Amino acid sequence: MKNIPDKTGHFGEFGGRYVPETLMSLLEDLEKIFKSLKSDKAFQKEFNYYLKEYAGRPTNLYLAERLSAHLKTLKVYLKREDLLHTGAHKINNTLGQVLVAKRMGKTRIIAETGAGQHGVATATAAALMGLECVVYMGAEDVERQSLNVYRMRLLGTEVIPVTSGSQTLKDAMNEAIRDWVTNVRNTFYIIGSVAGPHPYPVMVREFQAMIGQEARRQFLAKEKHLPNYLLACVGGGSNAMGLFHAFFEDKNVKMIGVEAAGTGLNTEHHAAPLSKAPIGVLHGSKSRLMQTKDGQIQIAHSIAAGLDYPGVGPEHAYYQKIGRAEYVAVTDKEAIKGLKLLSEKEGIIPAMETSHAIAYLEKLARRVKRKSSVIVCLSGRGDKDMGQIKDFI
Amino acid sequence: MNRIDEKFQALKTQKKKAFIAFVTAGDPNLKTTEELVLAFEQSGVDIVELGVPFSDPLADGSTIQASSQRALKKGVNLEKIFHVVGRIRKKSQIPIALMTYYNPVFHYGETKFIKAAYDNGVDGVIVPDLPPEEADSLMAAARKRDIATTFFLSPTTTPKRMKHVIAVTTGFVYYVSLTGVTGARKQAPISSTQHIKSVVRVSSKPVCIGFGISNAAQVKSMSKISDGVIVGSAIVNEILKNKGNKNLIKNVAAFVKTLSKGL
Repeated sequence: MKNIPDKTGHFGEFGGRYVPETLMSLLEDLEKIFKSLKSDKAFQKEFNYYLKEYAGRPTNLYLAERLSAHLKTLKVYLKREDLLHTGAHKINNTLGQVLVAKRMGKTRIIAETGAGQHGVATATAAALMGLECVVYMGAEDVERQSLNVYRMRLLGTEVIPVTSGSQTLKDAMNEAIRDWVTNVRNTFYIIGSVAGPHPYPVMVREFQAMIGQEARRQFLAKEKHLPNYLLACVGGGSNAMGLFHAFFEDKNVKMIGVEAAGTGLNTEHHAAPLSKAPIGVLHGSKSRLMQTKDGQIQIAHSIAAGLDYPGVGPEHAYYQKIGRAEYVAVTDKEAIKGLKLLSEKEGIIPAMETSHAIAYLEKLARRVKRKSSVIVCLSGRGDKDMGQIKDFI
Repeated sequence: MNRIDEKFQALKTQKKKAFIAFVTAGDPNLKTTEELVLAFEQSGVDIVELGVPFSDPLADGSTIQASSQRALKKGVNLEKIFHVVGRIRKKSQIPIALMTYYNPVFHYGETKFIKAAYDNGVDGVIVPDLPPEEADSLMAAARKRDIATTFFLSPTTTPKRMKHVIAVTTGFVYYVSLTGVTGARKQAPISSTQHIKSVVRVSSKPVCIGFGISNAAQVKSMSKISDGVIVGSAIVNEILKNKGNKNLIKNVAAFVKTLSKGL
């Protein structure tokens, strides 16, 4: 595990650094700085300060008793990332990266966003540090997540709707990369998931790894043993990797990542590359990637804007390949049921993305042979989705 | 020796610079692409860069993005592009390099891709999202068939990287004139003249400049500090301007001639 990723940023056959030459020197510099952070006490102190005092860490590990009673065979703990400032785990990573940007002397921040959670978290971190910020967002997502667009603008960020391609997360990332290539000298690109060119997948993982580290400690303190299962939704996969990584060596802890099956895995309208797609290269790394027979990128579909992406972080493709984690998928309809279930049983309205993980609990409850424990990463809260889902419920 | 190397050797003897013209294969259709390439040979074009359309061309500006979309809507793919090159080869020996993003090549299979390229008379490959660090397998396959692999240098490339990129490049080095994406610009991209000169001085391979070059004056100024000039978006715009015009080939060829005269 120490050598994952390897020196060149590969997780087995996945990962790497597939970018235009203009970005290569910058990525080499970023890698050097990232490597130095582990022994950089000033950085660790500053990062931890903001995580605790500003974002609200550590988050609670909450025993969902009524939900557990409903599911019968599962004892469910929720890792409450939804309670963080800005309402999702995304703030962990943006605080880390904005501090890296400052260390590199960059004055301008850019980001891509799907659901708008990463955009809001980036806009927030940029405002906190007094840096200029531009967020690219697919025009379709601007529409379905209008509340988050408003939040970003209020935070002083310029939100640029992207009208090319499918007008969702993939196209927002294309446009962010084009901006990055153009303004590389003064601009830092805060990627929101465990995706992109090396060192981003490992850097984002490290900036989310406290989710699993805390959860492991908290669970052990409450239950005196490790959980049977970890469960998290997977779009790019940052909340899932954040939860999973600390448990990698705990071989008896099973990991399940839940992708978006959209209207169904047997249709073309899904966002489940780990479940259905071959290997490909997009946005800087090699991973599972939805594509046509000609290698053109396919448009993903999910009700959850944050999962609506044809690719996935390379480390997840690696976990799947070596059998360390299992990846499943639930449909839009099942996800809405998941949202209702948690709302009614626990008084917690999860984000549409997170609702995919919740929805899978019902299936897992039927799968387990005896009473089992599970930690679900409650990656975000659902406030942002109310406008969209009131049409479905 | 492949046609790209032969061309640069001939130009060197004549003390001339290379004019490289880019077109997206299949925009507006493959038949037009074939005719354009043949007409280019008579218009002062030394090497043709044939663009393989990709759904997510992240190193390209709006002109080539739109052009790629138009070609993809026509159902253009690698197989069909190889056939076009094969047909061109029956009439012309103009050097042709394929400009393609990596995923279509990876999905097609690198060895199969290089074999098809060789069989149909392609001379080089240019993959803007594939730095040398990730290109071992493609380079190995290309060497076996004497297909040139062009890599990029940019104003942000460090001296250490520069040496490595030049060492692994065959055919010619593609110098990106500016930090940014492709697309015509009013001003010649002059910010990195010193850097280009330092590259040309140390490079054992021909160095050609591309990105943002769109008129004869820019072609002239850029050719003075390099071994060749690449024009893309301006030609793609000219093709679009002539869409549906029966004189498309003639008009675009005339436009290309005004550019190549800038050398």
